[in-house]
Parts: sequence; C-alpha cells; structure tokens
Amino acid sequence: MLAIVSMATFAIFFLVPRLAGATAEGMASRYVGRTATEETAKLAAERLGFNDPLIVQYGRYVKGIVAGAEYDYGAGVEQCPAPCLGYSFITRQPVFPDLMNRLPVTLSLAIGAALIWVLLGVGIGVLSALRRGTVFDRFAMIVALAGVSLPIFFTGLISLQLFAYGNPFNWAAQGGYYVTIEDSPARWAYGLLLPWITLAFLFAATYARLTRAGMLETMNEDYIRTARAKGLVERKVIVKHGLRGALTPIITIFGLDFGLLIGGAVLTETAYSLNGLGKYAIDAITNQDLPKVMGVTLLAALFVILANLIVDLLYAVVDPRVRLT
Amino acid sequence: MSQQSFLDVKDLRIHFPTDDGLVKSVDGLTFGLERGKTLGIVGESGSGKSVTSLGILGLHKGGRARISGEIWLDGEELVSASPEHVRGLRGKKMAMIFQDPLSAMHPYYTVGDQIIEAYRIHHDVSKSVAKKHAIDMLGRVGIPEPTRRVDSYPHEFSGGMRQRAMIAMALSCDPELLIADEPTTALDVTVQAQILDLMRDLQREFNSALIIITHDLGVVAELSDDILVMYAGKCIEYGTTEDIFYRPEHPYTWGLLGSMPRLDREPTERLLPIKGSPPSLINVPPGCAFHPRCPYAELTGGKAGTEVPPLAETEGGHLVRCHLDKAERRRLWENEIKPVLETQ
Repeated sequence: MLAIVSMATFAIFFLVPRLAGATAEGMASRYVGRTATEETAKLAAERLGFNDPLIVQYGRYVKGIVAGAEYDYGAGVEQCPAPCLGYSFITRQPVFPDLMNRLPVTLSLAIGAALIWVLLGVGIGVLSALRRGTVFDRFAMIVALAGVSLPIFFTGLISLQLFAYGNPFNWAAQGGYYVTIEDSPARWAYGLLLPWITLAFLFAATYARLTRAGMLETMNEDYIRTARAKGLVERKVIVKHGLRGALTPIITIFGLDFGLLIGGAVLTETAYSLNGLGKYAIDAITNQDLPKVMGVTLLAALFVILANLIVDLLYAVVDPRVRLT
Repeated sequence: MSQQSFLDVKDLRIHFPTDDGLVKSVDGLTFGLERGKTLGIVGESGSGKSVTSLGILGLHKGGRARISGEIWLDGEELVSASPEHVRGLRGKKMAMIFQDPLSAMHPYYTVGDQIIEAYRIHHDVSKSVAKKHAIDMLGRVGIPEPTRRVDSYPHEFSGGMRQRAMIAMALSCDPELLIADEPTTALDVTVQAQILDLMRDLQREFNSALIIITHDLGVVAELSDDILVMYAGKCIEYGTTEDIFYRPEHPYTWGLLGSMPRLDREPTERLLPIKGSPPSLINVPPGCAFHPRCPYAELTGGKAGTEVPPLAETEGGHLVRCHLDKAERRRLWENEIKPVLETQ
C-alpha cells in the first residue's frame, strides 16, 4: 500500500512537469510569471532548486509532504506547512488546504450520486433480469445504453436547461449553487440534485447492465433451485441468494468508480460549475499551475489506491472462499 | 377415487414449449408411493427423471412449463394448487437432495446458516434454537464435531460431507416425502456406499417416502422397494425390485442390466451396452419410442413404428410397455438375455 503510494508520487513527480514540457527556466518562469525577464527566471530556478538533480528535488518534495517546506524565491519566503503538496506561486497559496476546501464538494457529489446509482442500477438490473425479454427489460436496457453512451457535458447541459433555467421546469438549482451540508442539509441536497442525477444516470446504466448479466447467471445456479426447494419465498430467493451471488463484480466496479470519482468528477463539476477537485484540476491545468496539478493528481491517486484496498478487503467479507484462513 | 396412496401421480405431463418445438419431458407418468417405501426411478440422461421430481416439488410452476395431470400428496392435489401453497409444503412436507452438493449449496453462506434457513422457513423459532437443531441434524447425518462444523462453508467440506450436510438440510423439517436426485453420482465410490447406508437408516427413522432418481441400477438395487424405468418421458416398465432384476420384460431394461458392470463377471468380458443414444424429446420416434434402438423391433410385425404400446400389467403389479407379447418376452429373457448376463 505504502509502496504503491510512493510509486505513484514518484511517477507524478517525474511525469507531470515533463509532460508540461518544461525546462528548469520554463518552470521557474511559470512560477514567477510570464512577464519576468530571463534573468529573474534563472534566479528563481536556482532558488527553487530546479537545477538540482531530480532525485534531490524528489527528496525535497517528499520531505515537504512529511515535514512541510519553505519556498525562498528571493523576494521573500513562503511557508508551506505539512503535509505540503506544493505551493502555488500563481495564487500564492499552499496546495493542500485548497484541496481540503474542495474535497467536501466532490465528496458530496460522489456520495449522493453513488447512493442513487447503486440503488437505481442494481434495482433495475434485478428487475430486468427477472423479466427478461419483456417490454420493461427492453426499455430499461435501451435507456441504459443511452446512459452509457451519452457524455456528461451533454446530459448535464441539457438537464440544466430543462430543469434549472425554467425551460420548461424550474425545479433544481442553477449551476454553481453549493451550500455546505453543515449550513443547510436541505439546500445542500437541492443544489446537488441535478449533478447527482446526471452523474448517477451515467453510472446507473453500467450497473443495471452489470447486475442484469450477473443475476441472469446466478439465477440459473443450482443453489437457487435448492433455495426454492427449501420453500423459501421467491423474494428472498432473489435477494438473499441470487443478488448476493451477483454482488462480487458490482463491488469491484463500484470501488474503482467511487475511488476515481472522489479524486474529482471533472466533467460533472465543470458542467455544473461546482468547485470540487475536478474543477480544481481543470483550472490548474488551464493555468499551467504545476504544483496544483501535481497535488490534485497525487490526492486522486491516493483515493484510487485506497478504494482498491477497500475492495480487496470487502471481497473477503462478501466471498468466504477468498478468506485466507 | 379408489384407495389412494400417500403420493399418487396420475398421468403427469410436463411439456416445455421452445423455439424448436414442444419438448415433452414427461409424457403421461403414473405411479404411487406409500410412506416408508422407496421408489427408484431409473433412466438415461434426458429421460425425464429430474423434470418429474422438480415437477412434484412444484418447481416448474410460474415457468414456461405446461403441466397437466394430477399429483396427490397425502390427499392434496398439487398441480392445481396455488404456487404459494405448494411453496409452503416444499421443504416441510416434501424435500429434495440434489446431485452435486457443491453447486447446490450457496458458496457464500455457512452450512449451518443454510440449514437454519431451511428450518426457520417453516418453524417460527429463534436463530439460536434453529442452530441447535442444525447442529443436531449434522450430528445425525454423521458429521464429526457438528458444533464446530456448523460454522464451516460448503467449500471447506469434502464431497461426502457436503452431501451429508445436504441431507441434513433436506431432513431438517422432517419431510414425509424425500426425493433424492442422483444423490451419489458426484461422490467417490467408497463414500457412495456410506451415503446410501445413511439414507436407508434415516428413511427408517423418519418413516418417510423416498424417491431415488438415478441412472445407476446398483443404487436402486440397494435401496428400492419398487423400480420405475423411464424412457423418453414415459414409464416403460414398473415393478418390484425383484421383478426388474430377476424378471425384467422390456428390452430397454435388459439393456440397462447389460450395461451394469458387475464384480462377479470376468473382467475381460465386454459389457452389453444399448446401441444408439436417447431420442430427442422434441421429435420422439413414432410408435414405441424405443423401437429405433430395440433389437427385437422386427418381431412386432411393424407395430413398433406406428403404435404407442400401452403400459400393460403382466402380473401382480408388474407393468410393461411393449408390443412383444408376454410369452415372447419371457422366452427372449429366459433363452437369450439371462444366459448371456449370467455366463458373462
């Protein structure tokens, strides 16, 4: 786990600046501003240590994460307390507190949407499987296909137009509306309703298809026949025996999806102007603010790794055959 | 209604409409069974044995199957009964043991949980009471250390133990009718004998009616009072175990007996397999379904290919569905079949 995190850090540290195509002076000039003279940029590069060997720079970066760092850029010293994921010279702020400010937005978005899509997707998938070949099944699968294929910036904008800007409805909040849950849970939910539904639509579609396939398979298993032969009511046969058997792949996908999402739901946050981690990443990339890009990428990587770990642990809970003992 | 048995199946038909045509899995099956007695249903794969057993349990209800005929269990008719009513009987009044205990038990629940579940469907008791019962049942089917094993998962059991657990689950509600579908097919030979012994002992103890479905004549010889031989969804011979083993009259039954490996034969001798393979249940051959594979079909004067032979009594409850006349069948058995089977 720790090894993977440090590998990810390493990769991000080496790749992100290089993908941005920067030399030491180029990077420094981004930090000090484009209008700076070549002399100033060179000086800044020297001061910020961009001319040191990479491994030294990497050591400094990791040390910053653990112990905090100071950035002496010549005209002053900027403090960056631990965990220091870098310091943005463009906004003159350390990255980590920024990320922590943005995280609740993304987390709210992801958790709410996840709740909707899991309930909706799994529910529809089960019903579809049980009514295979009926009108309901066909209709659900066509909608699911649409959900999988339509991009968020399309569904997001359409639903904003339809439900938020009064054409024809005016039910939901307009873009950029976010109230923290501590302030008012009702307004928090009101503001996030459309983003939730839009995001959930995309994922629910995948989950419905996945659940349907899984249920079709497990409902043909011998143990389902055994459950029926015991005299179990059909509802319990389906949920306790059928769905339980079909759950494993859904948990896998859910872990990965959710981990990815809390690292930033880039498209949804952009479409709804929500200031979450995804929007933060996009803005940082647009401004070529390298410390921010690196910081947000590292955090996202951490979430994906964590999610994977949790999925692996959950496997053992769900499927006793995976347990080690 | 004259003298009804505990289980009375009358003219049972179970047909499945498919895209290729109507599959007549069970086509006019009639038999009866008393408490404490054992009936063996024998036949090749696809002869309708398993479909019959699932049909008695009502597990085809609500599916695509078309079911007609009557199934009387202890004075109650099941084919016309509501699915919910039959569900209430399932597990309690009639229970089933399946062929492959590994796939027939849910891999994600402990053996104990699955027995507890079966018990609590029909008994309104707390989990701890049901667990005591489950431990008790596991002990009775001969699982060592049942208090510890009750918390094991099916994959932690050996094949024989799983089948014992399966039997414990089926017997947990003390069913009066027990159907065992190929109960020993998936097991080692040594374990097979143990399981058969166990089933015989438990049947005596519970005084339940037992139906054993198998393609293994050795198994039915061991346990059955009566034997029903099925071919292409129909009963082609029915009689006591003695009738079937010592006085079989249907050429198909002769074939089955000839296919059975026996220790008292010389190992170098060949078995006498039945030629060909079982017919498709969509296009059952006209007339006697067995006639394309029957070595004596010519002796019927062409009737074999045109008329379905009736299931006729030869003597004392021994029924045979064959066009050959009785004397001819006796002669063939005594002169041609029996000597070959015995001298081999």
